[in-house]
Amino acid sequence: MDSMPPVLSVRGLSVRFLMPGGRRVAAVTDARFDVAPGECLALIGESGCGKSVLASALLGLLPGNAQTAGSALLGDLDLLTAGERTLARTVRGRLIGLVPQSPAAHLTPVRTVRSQLEETVATLTTTRGRAALRAAAEAAAERAAFPADHLDRHPHQLSGGLAQRAATALALVGDAPLLLADEPTTGLDRDLVDRTADELRRHVDDPGEGGRGRALLMITHDLAAAERIADRVAVMYAGRIVELADAAAFFGSPGPRHPYSRGLLQALPDRAFTPIPGMPPELGDLPAGCAFAARCDRATDTCATEPPPGTVACHHPHVPEDVRA
Amino acid sequence: MLELRSITAGYARNAPVVRDVSLTVASGESVGLLGPSGCGKSTLARVAALLHRPDSGTLLLDGEPVRRWRHRAPREKRTAFGVVFQQARLSADPRLALTDLIAEPLRATGRGAEVPGRIAELAPTVGLTPDLLTRRPHEVSDGQLQRACLARALALRPRLLVCDEMTAMLDASTAAALVAAVEDYRAATGAALLAVGHDRALLGRWCDRTVQWDSLA
Repeated sequence: MDSMPPVLSVRGLSVRFLMPGGRRVAAVTDARFDVAPGECLALIGESGCGKSVLASALLGLLPGNAQTAGSALLGDLDLLTAGERTLARTVRGRLIGLVPQSPAAHLTPVRTVRSQLEETVATLTTTRGRAALRAAAEAAAERAAFPADHLDRHPHQLSGGLAQRAATALALVGDAPLLLADEPTTGLDRDLVDRTADELRRHVDDPGEGGRGRALLMITHDLAAAERIADRVAVMYAGRIVELADAAAFFGSPGPRHPYSRGLLQALPDRAFTPIPGMPPELGDLPAGCAFAARCDRATDTCATEPPPGTVACHHPHVPEDVRA
Repeated sequence: MLELRSITAGYARNAPVVRDVSLTVASGESVGLLGPSGCGKSTLARVAALLHRPDSGTLLLDGEPVRRWRHRAPREKRTAFGVVFQQARLSADPRLALTDLIAEPLRATGRGAEVPGRIAELAPTVGLTPDLLTRRPHEVSDGQLQRACLARALALRPRLLVCDEMTAMLDASTAAALVAAVEDYRAATGAALLAVGHDRALLGRWCDRTVQWDSLA
């Protein structure tokens, strides 16, 4: 996996929103990560930490008052500077498949799943002719394990799990090298979360026509889903990626190194079930230095200065020794 | 304190979503109701909170059968319950600042004079800071809004709290904070709890006992 060039390479990505009255909201600051083919990177963090803004930036879907800096290279194309025409014609659906947060809102309510799949196939591929489109749509449904006998149903006739598969089927039609899943499991029950996560993982592992597998960037606050399928984990706090770690080490032993990541894991009901004290800071009014210091039990005076760059953005990270103690 | 006997309820004639279900919540007890999506557990929670009239069956509150529902229910019965729903966005009036949102039950029951004192008590218990209280729902995160919805549910000091998937949309830390706030309230007042959800690990950790939806009918 190391030898292959990354599908997506993000460097120094920042997003600022200009608000009325000259206020600036720092939604994403200096994000840096790669996603390799056949790899799943889970971007986790509390709601409102900037995860979805990062996804919107990659798809060129930010509102007009946003300013971006840095680069996000998908192959040779920089997604941040690409024009709307390029994004619409070559990126969305073709290079990046989006698995949306709420499939019920993503699907067109007045048309059947089959009709939406056929339209997508006709738009994104060279398939032409009624019979060929029908066959291609059925094949696309099968790839996402969407049952063929439900193809003629409208979205409101589908359960949450089937709507999720319909949306995944649409995302897979263009055979994009990068799948972007934005909170794909919110509101689903545990069995469905596991099934949805496993299906996404299957699409990552499926070598496809290029034989290299897809890359998956999964944005989620569901730590259980992330643990289930991620190869690597990026933890985001107040717009910054504060820790980038191997998933097995993060969820297992030696565990996370950033105090915030540890707090997040300890809040799970099958762990300590204790919340992190306080609430995340406002993105429009971030403190100088480490944004987590006010809630952190390891904070010292040093934390008023910018944390060191690297895989753990913390002045006092946990080191493996005191994890074992 | 709350007893549901052979409740059948639904939204269309001849198509009940809850069939012949019985459930008891003792005084001060916390009960977790576990079931997959779409099984009818939210409907049962609405019946239990007097928000939905069942097609048949009896609901006993402190041993007395309930005969009227929703706004027709007598005030002392209605206000015995506090309810927190899954979707904070849908259960909050977008025009109200969080203070007014939390104060709504007090004003609706003619206790507007108690508002400032009660808000000052409630806000810290659910972890809301003063600067958040003046904002309207679109200016706060889902987690912050759900904190306000919990404060609203506690405003009238209910004897039974019904939490319908209260934490399903929230991240782990906010979820743990809200559960801790509910438990603090229960420890202080001895209120009972009916928590509805699909997360076995969460309800198992949170409640005195959990019941499977399938075992109720």
